[in-house]
Amino acid sequence: MSAKRIAALVGNPNAGKSALFNALTGARQKIANYPGVTVERKAGRLILPSGEPVELIDLPGSYGFDASSPDEEVTRKVIFGEFPGEAQPDVIVLVLDASNIEQHLVFAQEVLELGRPTVVALNMVDLAERDGLVIDPEALQQALGVPVIPTVAVRRRGLAELTGAIASAEAWAERDPKDHPRPHITLPERRLAANNIAKGAIISETRQHRLHARMDKLLLHPWLGPPILFALLFIIFQAVFAWATPFADALEGVVGWLSEMTTQFVPAGFVQDLLVQGVLAGVGSVVVFLPQIVILFFFILVMEATGYMARAAFIMDRLMALVGLSGRSFIPLLSSFACAIPGIMATRSISDPKDRLTTILIAPLMTCSARLPVYAVIIGAFIPAKSVGLGIGLQGLVLFALYVAGIVGAMAAALVLRRSVTKGAASGFIMELPKYQLPRLSDLLIGLWQRAWVFLRRAGTIIFMVTVVLWVLLSFPRAGPGESQVDASIAGRIASGLEVVVKPIGFNHEMALALIPAMAAREVAVSSLATTYAVDADDEEAEAMALGDKLAARWSLPTALAFLAWFVFAPQCLSTIAVARRETNGWKWPAFMLAYLFAMAYIFAGITYWSAVALGL
Amino acid sequence: MTLDALPPGRRARITAVDWDILAPEEATRLRALGIDKGAEVEIAHRGVFAGKDPIALAVGRMTVALRRSHACAMQVEELAEAAR
Repeated sequence: MSAKRIAALVGNPNAGKSALFNALTGARQKIANYPGVTVERKAGRLILPSGEPVELIDLPGSYGFDASSPDEEVTRKVIFGEFPGEAQPDVIVLVLDASNIEQHLVFAQEVLELGRPTVVALNMVDLAERDGLVIDPEALQQALGVPVIPTVAVRRRGLAELTGAIASAEAWAERDPKDHPRPHITLPERRLAANNIAKGAIISETRQHRLHARMDKLLLHPWLGPPILFALLFIIFQAVFAWATPFADALEGVVGWLSEMTTQFVPAGFVQDLLVQGVLAGVGSVVVFLPQIVILFFFILVMEATGYMARAAFIMDRLMALVGLSGRSFIPLLSSFACAIPGIMATRSISDPKDRLTTILIAPLMTCSARLPVYAVIIGAFIPAKSVGLGIGLQGLVLFALYVAGIVGAMAAALVLRRSVTKGAASGFIMELPKYQLPRLSDLLIGLWQRAWVFLRRAGTIIFMVTVVLWVLLSFPRAGPGESQVDASIAGRIASGLEVVVKPIGFNHEMALALIPAMAAREVAVSSLATTYAVDADDEEAEAMALGDKLAARWSLPTALAFLAWFVFAPQCLSTIAVARRETNGWKWPAFMLAYLFAMAYIFAGITYWSAVALGL
Repeated sequence: MTLDALPPGRRARITAVDWDILAPEEATRLRALGIDKGAEVEIAHRGVFAGKDPIALAVGRMTVALRRSHACAMQVEELAEAAR
């Protein structure tokens, strides 16, 4: 036997593969990307009863080998041993949902036709029994000719037996040599055979009142379903913005403490400036979003694991169809309200490539949390805190209008994109609505940790590099005596050039200058405006206050409004661009995204400025 | 009658599917989910907004969401009460 054996989990989507993978490998998982495609490769270590470790990989769910999505393509190639750089799995662990046995047996037969050493995990037997369905694993084993082990992954049942069967899968396959390969049959034949196999293995079936049917009656109810969804979304938004604040403040404190320590212990000069102003300020400004992202992902994971997410997509599908998208785009766009990075990563679940690309392109238009500091400063300085009646404040109304402007802009962009650059067949919406399930907390935590880690790794690499480059641009060449550092720097000179371009839309030199470091992240615009106007204040809130007064004294109202309009559209976030590059495998689409969003920002800031001036504001 | 016109809660059998008017990947996906000629189906839920689109279709032990445009490509015959 070779040193490193590989076992692969294979099955239909919603077979409970991921839960089984977590149960078998614990937290010892490695997530990477398959080269050349944006499909995640999840691998972990499974220890056999003999103590021998096996590499267990969790292949993307698939309905059949002839399917066309990139995920299913990976599954097919890996099983056939055709994926470059990936060894053919020694053992296939076929995961079947016992409560949906006929359907899952169709793909199972296609896999078994290959004649590879295979073990069947008859998963979710508890859900089946809840639905009144009892299956005889022995009869199934007889019919399929491979070991069948009943499991309940989320309750950790049947794992030892399954591990034992994986250990002896090859021996079993040799003991029972197939003198002839199993015949290749067509899909209708497989379906017929699946029904017959299931019929033979089902011991008893009582049609009970199914829990999931009752829940769907409520959650997909024509009049109750949408309000329930919107209420849930409202709670999520509240949580993302309210619960995260203490954690974000604490993280900010840690970053501040680190800067202080660095200032104290690293000798003043180039290295200290680089560490404090470049690394800590830059990476710190991104890491403070981690609590929001973790909270948002917690809700998204719960919605996914319980099966509600597919219902949310169902409810939203019609609205998304109006702009040429489908219900599947709803979740990535929802995530983008916290941050476009997890939003763009979540587009992987969209099977249609044109749909997915459109969703990636419009995701940055959702008002992410990085825009809030900018909006807060400008609104605080220029919009009077008066009521417009009914207890609605004018400032809040303007903030709401900015959110709406982003959503309307995104929908309009999707409409145009789907008729031009991402033109394709009208996107369909075909999606299995999985059964409702109570998720296991440890599975949620593993998922949460993986997402947080991906985000932090990105903050640690791409964002780190970008902030350092920007810091260099702002710090060199060194200013002579009596000259301001920003004006003398490379960035300052670029700003002078940029000013010519943005002058027609009402922007001044300081604003042009603030736009450059804000390329790293939008909220940097606030701190760089603060630096430029040389406001000294020790904490951010006081800084914002004082900055507001300065801005109110120096900017006209049309200029301020134009600045707000600019940030509704401007793609000023290098991490978003970097993640878009990764998810679209090239620079073409990120470049397009930059171009069209900057064009929109320019046009709408211009329209805002010119109409405000014309109105005499 | 096309599947689109089937009243919710009534069981029917798919008698014919016009695969040519569906995108090839969608046809593959529908077949993989068991939505094919001969399948017994029932509309479990319909969307709220204009056109009562999409449709949640009960097929076998599964519920599958699909669009009205897919349902329009499928001919169904309603099953008599006795056959249920």
